Amino acid sequence: MQGLTFKRGVHPPDGKALSADQPIKVILPKENSELFYPMSQHIGAPCDPLVAVGDHVKVGQKIAESGAFMSSPIFASVSGEVVDIRPMLVPGGAMVKSIVVKNDGKMEEIEGLNEGRDYTTMSNDEILAAIKNAGVVGLGGAGFPTHVKLNPPKDTPIDHILINAAECEPYLTCDYRLMLEEPERIVRGLQIMLKLHPNAKGVIGIEMNKPKAIEAMTKACEGIDNIMVQPLVTKFPQGSEKHLIYAITKREVKSGALPASAGCIVDNVDTVVAIERAICKGRPLMRRIVTVSGSGIKNPGNYKIRIGMTLRDLVDAIGGFNEENPPVKLIAGGPMMGPTLYTLDVASVKTTSGLLCFTKDEAYIPEERNCIRCGKCVEHCPMGLMPFQLNACAIKGDGEGFVAHHGLDCIECGSCSYECPAKRQLAQSIRATKKIEAGKKAAAAAAARAKAEAEAKAKAEAEKK
Amino acid sequence: MANFVVSGTPHVRSKESIQSIMRDVVIALVPATIMGIIYFGVNALILILASIVSAVFFEWLYQTLLKKPVTISDLSAVVTGLLLAMNLPASAPIWVPVVGSAFAIIFAKQLFGGLGQNFINPALAGRAFLLASYPTEMTTWTAPTGFSGADAVAVATPLAQMKGGVFPDASIADLALGTNIGGCIGETCAVALIIGGIYLLYKHVISWKIPVIYIATVFVLSALIGRQGVRMPVHEMFAGGLMLGAFFMATDYASSPVTPKGQVIFALGCGLLTTLIRTFGGYPEGVSYSILIMNLCVPLIERFTEPTIFGALPKVKEAKKA
Repeated sequence: MQGLTFKRGVHPPDGKALSADQPIKVILPKENSELFYPMSQHIGAPCDPLVAVGDHVKVGQKIAESGAFMSSPIFASVSGEVVDIRPMLVPGGAMVKSIVVKNDGKMEEIEGLNEGRDYTTMSNDEILAAIKNAGVVGLGGAGFPTHVKLNPPKDTPIDHILINAAECEPYLTCDYRLMLEEPERIVRGLQIMLKLHPNAKGVIGIEMNKPKAIEAMTKACEGIDNIMVQPLVTKFPQGSEKHLIYAITKREVKSGALPASAGCIVDNVDTVVAIERAICKGRPLMRRIVTVSGSGIKNPGNYKIRIGMTLRDLVDAIGGFNEENPPVKLIAGGPMMGPTLYTLDVASVKTTSGLLCFTKDEAYIPEERNCIRCGKCVEHCPMGLMPFQLNACAIKGDGEGFVAHHGLDCIECGSCSYECPAKRQLAQSIRATKKIEAGKKAAAAAAARAKAEAEAKAKAEAEKK
Repeated sequence: MANFVVSGTPHVRSKESIQSIMRDVVIALVPATIMGIIYFGVNALILILASIVSAVFFEWLYQTLLKKPVTISDLSAVVTGLLLAMNLPASAPIWVPVVGSAFAIIFAKQLFGGLGQNFINPALAGRAFLLASYPTEMTTWTAPTGFSGADAVAVATPLAQMKGGVFPDASIADLALGTNIGGCIGETCAVALIIGGIYLLYKHVISWKIPVIYIATVFVLSALIGRQGVRMPVHEMFAGGLMLGAFFMATDYASSPVTPKGQVIFALGCGLLTTLIRTFGGYPEGVSYSILIMNLCVPLIERFTEPTIFGALPKVKEAKKA
């Protein structure tokens, strides 16, 4: 079968061999270890704690929630005592208010856990509520609340539900292992999603560098009419939502719009499994699969961890660093887009897909040189931008030029920096300027709103008089 | 265990560097350089060496005097020096490439900010400067006598003959191989230049757009226009500096458009100007000036050829329909 793909993009060395053949291993937090549950592990409103210091919590207990629609509750993944509520470092680099639970090692489960239901007998509203109440968010990296994604506005009909199994980030193999080990659950999860959108077609998009996964998923889909496996060309960033949609449907998601506007819902493999667990097993999101890799770790592999474990506990549990060649750089996620960590004392969150331990050689940062205008960044930018120009705007502090050259459309995939022969930090400078300009834009919008409100108020008052 | 490195993404980089690109350009020029030395003998070799050494020297000197980081290791000055030498007649005295390199490196390149900031091709700027300042030295062409020791006899280049309304002495095979024709050191052996060009295409250093469209435009236009009714498109394609210019000069990163559409326009413009200068202009050859003129148009071309971003245009049209 011919693989589909998008235009441009890059081919970084994949580094997946380190962990691809390592079966998923379950890692349980040690007794008396502390687990951290940050209040914001998703896009949307942060949660408020439902428990107080001194409370005893059980596995599967909802410990934090928000009233907002665009949010997702958080669950205890161990049983134990709430010992503190304090700011804790999360992989993105922020300090986030977190509930600290001391694991009593008993793994005592809350009542009602494991009460699976038959999704075919549930109404769509029940399914959406169950997904929301299980705290399911996009596990691929962004953490978009899944119940919001699955419930697009009524005027945007969905005709494709795409499972993002591209796993285009080098080194990461957690989705790959999941497809080999639990293909039926992925298919079942997809069937639940298709029940919500009966007119949609389910497509599982897998890069062709994972033939075994394509085989396993194809087998699991046999006899199901509305689900198919679609091989994709191995190219970064194939797993970018917009580019996956383009590869499979040839539709372009409009600048600034959500995938639903193109009739598509895209979810990562692990997210689909989380949906399946939430409905069929009655278990909220408490675990995820993390690839730990790089030459700086003793036992690279794929580990099923309890969300909330610190990365230090995880590294200790799997045998620690490679003593002969210890890592000098830690990356949360893949090497193209994952942020670096300055310490292992970081809480794992719902979106922690990987931990890479890079040794001195792997972490080498080449010196930045003059842009030679070779145009390789333009040639490879999957969004069709001109990164060298955005970089120049960023350096000059020319925000207007940056926006005029569509800087806000950058998906921060890093293809430009990867290709740059002058080794310029294109993606980094664009990301930083994007933050500034997006902030300005939001502030301007807020100011306009406030002005309109004030005017309306003044008008109303004038009319009163 | 503390002190982990933090840095912006991505954390993996391709192996390609400025140095590796410049090295590839030098490698691609090796066949034409060797052929130039074989055809034009010791003097060609001396000019090439003088040109490269002085280009690197002036880059080092400028950067050292201005207390800037010395970047001669990126090999870009080597490329400039080599290209300048390729554009000189083999009979030129040794000070010619030295003066030319000084102008190319200091005035065309460094004064505008160094590598990547030069808005015109430094080697061509050096050549244009030399041609304007020392026309005799720059237009005395000799026959390719190689290392035979025979006295170098002055000859007319095929393009000069065509300009004069004479059918060139050289056959198409002569023009392709560079045998029996006069011209600049590096421009006469078209086959060697094409081999180098194919190497650059294979290594993804250049895209096919500029060289192929440039050469094709000259071919088509000279087939259409002709000179005094005689149409010799194949001669026009192989004669003079077209191959050298199309593969190695017009493709200079800093002075050619970055946008794919812009590269097409740039190449069409180069082809058009080359044909016009050759056919109707005062000079027999127009490659250098047409590239230099198009270099000046690059900012304008880029401004109007910015690529369409992903997710932009089709939706705008739809919105209009609605």
